[in-house]
Amino acid sequence: MKVKDHVRDEVTIRFAGDSGDGMQLTGSLFTNTTALEGNDLRTLPEFPAEIRAPAGTVPGVSSFQLHFGSKEIMTPGDECDVLVVMNSAALKANLTMLKKGGVIIANTSGFDKRNLNLSKYGDENNPLDDGSLDNYTLLEVDISKLTKESLSDSDLSYKDIERAKNMFVLGMLYWMYNRPLNSTISFLETKFASKPDITQANIKVLKDGYHYGETTELFTDTYTVKKAAIGSGDYRNVTGNKATVLGLVAAARQSNLPLFYGSYPITPASDVLHELSKLKNFGIYTFQAEDEIAAASSAIGAAFGGSLGVTSSSGPGIALKGEAIGLAMMLELPLVVLNIQRAGPSTGMPTKTEQSDLLQAMYGRNGESPVAIVAPATPADCFETAFEACRIALEHMVPVYYLSDGYLANGSEPWNYPQQKDLKKIHVSFEPARNGDHEKFLPYVRDERFVRSWAIPGTAGIEHRVGGLEKEELSGDVSYDPDNHQKMTMLRQAKVDKIADFIPEQKIDTGNEKGRFLILGWGSTYGMIRTATRELLEEGVDISHAQVRYLNPFPKNLGDLLAGFDHVIVPEINTGQLVRLIRDKFAIPAIAINKIKGRPFFVDELKQEIREVISSKS
Amino acid sequence: MSLETKIDLHTQNGSSETESYKGKDFSSDQDVRWCPGCGDYTILKQVQNMMPKIGVNKEDIVFISGIGCAARFPYYMNTFGMHSIHGRAPAIATGLKVSRPELSVWIVTGDGDSLSIGGNHFMHLLRRNVNVNLLLFNNQIYGLTKGQYSPTTPEGSVFKSTPYGSIDHPVNPLALSLGSDGAFVARTMDRDPRHLQEMLIRANEHKGTSMLEIYQNCIVFNDGAFELFTDKKSRPRETIYLEQGKPLVFGDNEEKGVRLDGLKPKVVSLDDGSYSKEDLWIHDEQDNTKAYLLSRFFDQKESVDGLHLPRPFGVLYAIDRPCYDEGVRNQVEEVVQRKGVGDLDEILRGPETWTVK
Ligand code: SF4
Repeated sequence: MKVKDHVRDEVTIRFAGDSGDGMQLTGSLFTNTTALEGNDLRTLPEFPAEIRAPAGTVPGVSSFQLHFGSKEIMTPGDECDVLVVMNSAALKANLTMLKKGGVIIANTSGFDKRNLNLSKYGDENNPLDDGSLDNYTLLEVDISKLTKESLSDSDLSYKDIERAKNMFVLGMLYWMYNRPLNSTISFLETKFASKPDITQANIKVLKDGYHYGETTELFTDTYTVKKAAIGSGDYRNVTGNKATVLGLVAAARQSNLPLFYGSYPITPASDVLHELSKLKNFGIYTFQAEDEIAAASSAIGAAFGGSLGVTSSSGPGIALKGEAIGLAMMLELPLVVLNIQRAGPSTGMPTKTEQSDLLQAMYGRNGESPVAIVAPATPADCFETAFEACRIALEHMVPVYYLSDGYLANGSEPWNYPQQKDLKKIHVSFEPARNGDHEKFLPYVRDERFVRSWAIPGTAGIEHRVGGLEKEELSGDVSYDPDNHQKMTMLRQAKVDKIADFIPEQKIDTGNEKGRFLILGWGSTYGMIRTATRELLEEGVDISHAQVRYLNPFPKNLGDLLAGFDHVIVPEINTGQLVRLIRDKFAIPAIAINKIKGRPFFVDELKQEIREVISSKS
Repeated sequence: MSLETKIDLHTQNGSSETESYKGKDFSSDQDVRWCPGCGDYTILKQVQNMMPKIGVNKEDIVFISGIGCAARFPYYMNTFGMHSIHGRAPAIATGLKVSRPELSVWIVTGDGDSLSIGGNHFMHLLRRNVNVNLLLFNNQIYGLTKGQYSPTTPEGSVFKSTPYGSIDHPVNPLALSLGSDGAFVARTMDRDPRHLQEMLIRANEHKGTSMLEIYQNCIVFNDGAFELFTDKKSRPRETIYLEQGKPLVFGDNEEKGVRLDGLKPKVVSLDDGSYSKEDLWIHDEQDNTKAYLLSRFFDQKESVDGLHLPRPFGVLYAIDRPCYDEGVRNQVEEVVQRKGVGDLDEILRGPETWTVK
């Protein structure tokens, strides 16, 4: 049979299997190869909530979705073109993600009686042969058996052989998509450097998978996805959490400060702790604290001593830090709080994404307690936004919330990474020492930005006390004076408002500067809104898109920008939080579009919702 | 290239010589606002008086407190200070000490602050053995909130929130400290300034977390809570002052001693000829088991032959073990030695890159 090659401008593949099947690795390796081939891409891994959910069951399914193309790719794809399932549970959990008419590559040995029972199809109902998949292209491959055959001469244990089956899948897909094997081979050589027999076995299975694609008559089509026309430069692939780490390290370098990171393990923020703790030779101090409160408090202690203090968490962990963040605000010390948001409330859905902590960041402390807030828009944007969070905290002596989320944290995209020489400097100076005959040091004297000086221990002549009690305007002495309290409250607010003079103006991302409809988003919805807006523009809709990175204070021109549109639509993965801030601040009837399913928007559903708003307004 | 940061450059400018001070150099310009007669005054005075003796410049000293009457302490010290949030001073101090190990860091806390709301941090500070000093002002009451029982208040006590008597079993702070693997555990009292100062100096000299419990009289809400130990008349009978290598002797005329019968402490009489000082328990600060037994000289009901055990004051336990802050520093230095100072461009680039023309 002749194999036909098709050129595609975008493809979405979803790898799904049991947690133990190595689907995350398979997906990442395919991603790296794809990136090196010059495609634009986005990924979305999804893990089971349980660490070791029973093998073969639906809750134990782990998946990895990759959307790549020769055109601009801004989302991991609403639906997939190809679904790889290693067992029946993986099919059950993921079939709804597959396009009608899409391709299913099924590992038939994962559809034996045991698996069918565990996945609750029942051993009499094998979906592979009951006709229920007739609307799809079903490719059945006994991957487990073929892997065993591939390694029949090897001395490896049964377990190691079983583990290699994901390489067979990868090999087949490399053949299907005309991808080279060399990046994966060199990965295997490094990863198992100390176990050459495992390296060789995996490489053999990978190649056999590739050849299987070539020789078997099962596959009738291959696909070519050409290089994307992305801007020239040097690229790497990066996840949101990794980019966040790099942003923090870069900020520490560019301010020449030690980085102190106080953290307590929590999903999905822990990876930031893991990554930072590897970078000790950058002068980074990571402290795994006894609890969330200690994590935040230790960062405040470090900031008092002159370090870049950072703490991180998610969901309920952030709630615990509230009092400490209020203290940092009151002391007027720099503190960066990373909130890698997850679906709430309470424990919520730890492995699922949501952007429902904006109002908590804005208002979730006792008293009048303003802090700055920023939010990254894409995995790579986490770098610059984390850097900005540090810059604002250090230059304005204020706590800054950084609102990433689970979707950005684990998702990845190509990144035109910067070099150190291109990075901004962060300007920090400590209050200098003074000798005895100097006048008394007043810790709450402010400059023209309402920022006090950073007066660190170890500096002679400026010994002073700070605290959470209300303080007298200049001296910082405890004060219960009514007028002073009002004045200090206003000053702390003015200080945060003033940051607006030191951040970039809001830009329109897509579409005209003025018009009928503006879609205003923040955070991780960027890719979906941008794609939806572009598609609607092509359909002739008068629509624009802007994504807000600086959420408190807003960019100075935001009000004017909004005023240029008849209607402002705010889609969010919550029940309406930015939309409330916009209505409150600008007194406009902004329209909310909300989804709260623990998942990002799909482009199609977003377009549909936007169309509905548009038709209600015309 | 080194890891020298802005902090190093900034603090190197200061003078390297140690200033000589008088006690009053350590008092700030703030009016002290504790109730007249409060035990906190003596403690403040002794801390201010001992500071010139430790040979540290006052810009290198930091007092950190949580919330409570005791927590006002930093405002009255002319050093760096932070009056923070309830119970969290140990966590703040840990962050400061890890990032600035050259500073002399003091935590001032109370029984509610440290053993109730901040109990978790207290325990972890001690087990990590961060090189800071923790002064635990124990007055067995919530003073600042006007008189509720605290986690150290004896059972049955009647206070504002316990009109029918407290049914809460109290914390034994020294046993808790030892149970948390505290490396320096000591007790003193406000009414014995000489001993208090001696203990402050010992605490400061010890490398690691030095936990000093100070019995402190709250004259307003719990006056006389420790009278048995502080009153000149009962003190000889009710207390025992521990000294390294010395037998455990007490009593009006030093006529009583504590003897170890296996692991059971017994009060024996030294004046009826049956026992002499050689037969007594010899205090050894490095003996963990003995320290634990001493920490249990706590319950007044624990009496043997009608003679109850005296309350020990002094250093129960002091050993050297690695400090967390030092460990963190060493690890950073080790990794720098091994890998060299990190190259930002290398990690920005990551393991795999490609170029788009
Ligand atoms: S309430 Fe008690 S502890 Fe507090 S200041 Fe007054 S006497 Fe001292």
